[in-house]
Amino acid sequence: MNDIRFEPVIGLEVHAQLLTESKIYCSCSTTFGAEPNTQVCPVCLGLPGALPVLNHEAVSMAIMMGLASHCRISPQSVFARKNYFYPDCPKNYQISMYDRPLCEDGYIELEMKGTTRRIGIERVHLEDDAGKLIHDESGSSLVDFNRCGVPLIEIVSKPDIRAPEEAGSYLTRLRQIVRYLGICDGNMEEGSLRCDVNISLRPEGSRKLGTKTEIKNLNSFKAVEMGIRFEIERQVAVLREGGTIAQVTNLWDENQKCLVMMRTKEYAHDYRYFPEPDLLPLSVDEAWINEVRGSIPELPLERERRFQADYGLSHYDAAVLCAEKGVADYYEAVVRGAGDPKVSSNWVMRDVLEQLKASGITIENFPVPPEELGELLKLVLGGVVSGTAGRNVFKEMVKSGEGAGVVVKRLGLQQISESGELERWIEEVLSENSKEVERYRAGKKQLFGFFVGQVMKKSSGRANPKLTGDMLKKRLED
Amino acid sequence: MENLAGLSVVSLREMYRKRAVRPVEVVTAYLERIERINPTIKAFLHVFAKDALSQARALEKEDPEGRPLYGIPVAVKDNICTRGLPTTCASKILEHYRPPYDATVVDRLHDAGAVIMGKTNMDEFAMGSSTENSAFEITKNPWNEDYAPGGSSGGSAAAVAGGIAPAALGSDTGGSIRQPASLCGVVGLKGTYGRVSRYGLVAFASSLDQIGPITRDVMDCAIVMGVISGRDPFDATSIPEPAPDLTADIKKGLRGLRIAIPRDLDTWELEDSVRDAAVGTVDILKDEGAETERVDLPGMETSIACYYILANAEASSNLARYDGVKYGLRARSDSLIEMYEQTRGEGFGEEVKRRILLGTYVLSAGYYDAYYSKAQQVKALICDGFEKIFTRFDLIVLPTSPTPAFQIGEKIDDPIAMYLSDIFTTPANIAGLPAISIPAGVSPEGLPIGMQLIAGAGREATLLRGALGLEKVYRFREQFSPDIEKR
Repeated sequence: MNDIRFEPVIGLEVHAQLLTESKIYCSCSTTFGAEPNTQVCPVCLGLPGALPVLNHEAVSMAIMMGLASHCRISPQSVFARKNYFYPDCPKNYQISMYDRPLCEDGYIELEMKGTTRRIGIERVHLEDDAGKLIHDESGSSLVDFNRCGVPLIEIVSKPDIRAPEEAGSYLTRLRQIVRYLGICDGNMEEGSLRCDVNISLRPEGSRKLGTKTEIKNLNSFKAVEMGIRFEIERQVAVLREGGTIAQVTNLWDENQKCLVMMRTKEYAHDYRYFPEPDLLPLSVDEAWINEVRGSIPELPLERERRFQADYGLSHYDAAVLCAEKGVADYYEAVVRGAGDPKVSSNWVMRDVLEQLKASGITIENFPVPPEELGELLKLVLGGVVSGTAGRNVFKEMVKSGEGAGVVVKRLGLQQISESGELERWIEEVLSENSKEVERYRAGKKQLFGFFVGQVMKKSSGRANPKLTGDMLKKRLED
Repeated sequence: MENLAGLSVVSLREMYRKRAVRPVEVVTAYLERIERINPTIKAFLHVFAKDALSQARALEKEDPEGRPLYGIPVAVKDNICTRGLPTTCASKILEHYRPPYDATVVDRLHDAGAVIMGKTNMDEFAMGSSTENSAFEITKNPWNEDYAPGGSSGGSAAAVAGGIAPAALGSDTGGSIRQPASLCGVVGLKGTYGRVSRYGLVAFASSLDQIGPITRDVMDCAIVMGVISGRDPFDATSIPEPAPDLTADIKKGLRGLRIAIPRDLDTWELEDSVRDAAVGTVDILKDEGAETERVDLPGMETSIACYYILANAEASSNLARYDGVKYGLRARSDSLIEMYEQTRGEGFGEEVKRRILLGTYVLSAGYYDAYYSKAQQVKALICDGFEKIFTRFDLIVLPTSPTPAFQIGEKIDDPIAMYLSDIFTTPANIAGLPAISIPAGVSPEGLPIGMQLIAGAGREATLLRGALGLEKVYRFREQFSPDIEKR
């Protein structure tokens, strides 16, 4: 038994909160963080007699996700009630989709270790979010219904994932896609992107699926990978001892970083799905699909490939630049100004991304517009300012928000190529360092860089390094 | 003011037009009559005396022009939301509930100048055919107080029959407007599914529920129906097309209408008086120049079973929200599950619990295909059957109920017998068709008998034309009235 190797079979169910202005079945606001129970109405509170009316913006967003994941969009899909009792669900049923979802049978492509993997998408469907329970110290519970009715799409993968890392990169890709589409902010900590996992094991080479277990409450990328790893280890241990896997639902405990069993199959819900009689079947025609298709931007994978092909970037550089749509857009705007994709990628990856990381702001709020960075790089590439001076200019631009030209002028950082000025600094350096000059002339040629550095220092980085080098060589060789 | 009991909406309108009366006068007179008569027949659960009077006063400063129900008192079934005012569904679980909004039909009544007098008794959550399933009181049939008014809109039908409201709203899921209208000798109409907004109607079975008017005669019915019909953006199932003009062709008579008569009319288990009324109706139709033909009605064997599966399935889900967490009754208990169980255990009556259990069962894993799915297939067959009939006919005529009113207590312990009294009304709900019940005569015991007309989808105007044509011949109002009208 102990020598059998097991293959994990993993599927992900991801819930993404859509960035619509109003809720899915009423016109209440979806803004996050308002005072409890202030963004509610008879419909989202499920008051007697209130009826849902479908928000078409939410449908468009779900179609967008369907198209981005190569799904078939159903011409007619059906909302269904999922019945279960829980205090955060005011009607005690959720309006979801069941046997006729909006989008079906697609895939998402991953690139891992140089190979491309397709993870199948079973379905993408629409549903409403539940409220939030708040447990106070006295042991009683309060309910905030603000989140109730916020539109969700559920993206269900096929059981095509084979490793925790693969689940991680699938989720990363998914998050990237919803953010590119602008339909979800992808914030796992705030719960706008949530992930449940199904896992089973089977002996390597076997086609038969084992009994699957579920993990819920995975609210970070780290939790997803750790949770899967722990569950695989647990199942392997059970199977190695000759045991059988029970069909259970586990909860990820973020504080203890461990799995807690929530319920066994005997207590599994019978959701008693049936078609929602308050909503008509949802009809989506070609015109609607085409309209949505037209609004889909270039997606991360295509863009990575284009960056490699058009800009000659490495796979790694392209992936880093394309991770966020905003950064990729920024990079391309810099290239347009500067003209050199490689130099542009160095600057964006090193200087811009570092600044973002250090300051915790997003690219959208970054004080240096890409056109200005492009302008600066043009000055550097054209020899108007040196590379070193350019970095100082950039820091100043970040601080003051001023344009490249303005900062260069203000700091007097234009590169100095005038021979009179350079000659004066060279003479000073040579007379101040007579010992080194002797050693250089005695054959210690490595000191050349030292002299250049000293001249640069005297010029506060403004001396044209090429010209300085030429003149120094001539003077020293005399 | 003179005795109001015999006044119709049309005659009240005429009095207003002549400026013979003012809203405050009319409303006050009705309130007095309610105070006098309601303790006997118990049609109203709540009387909104203060609100009704202030509405009437406000109306006096306004122009009656363009307000088809200016100053007309209307009684509303207690499952239709009235803002800030009781809406209990005759259930303990909503005994103290006050909705924060008005149903769309209530808005439309207000806009039309109607004055809402109060809320009427019903079977709890509209589940029943006798109004005996009310958690609060037993409504009496105004024709004979030992008899039930039918249900579930028994309070609304009794209010109109007893002359304490000229018009009322009911709701009809399987016959809950037409059956009590029939048993109380008044007119009751259920429109095409989606014709009247359900927004604010506390749901029983969402795919079948429709609000409709209960009135003294067909013309009143057309007027009230005209006010409450039409598209509502708050109800996704409401019919998008504008509601038809219901009065333009209403007086065209029966001549030329193609009317289907059930082939089995003579062999159905009907009480003799009901059969006589039906046979008499067939003769009237012929005499009046309608083209009649015998046809097989779809769903006569299957509709009751189909109805009780679909309606209860939806009800089990619709009633899940009454759990003590947000509003309504909350039983004190130590745990969440206990609170759910005790709240629902204490809050719901027998019949409601029975239907929740049945509905939960038919949706459960392993039973869904045998019950719910099968019922959906039967529903599709029934719809097809009616569609075929209405390619050749304008109307179907049949009794509303197999019997006149039954005695209070007679069927309450026999749910199946009670369910079977819906046999002629449920098909129109399953097929979503408009149907009306009009009083045709009285039984030897002096209890009213109703006849039903069913029309094709969207054909309320034809339905009302046929009903008015029959009403003219039946001359029911001219011949019969309950004694209570004279009180």
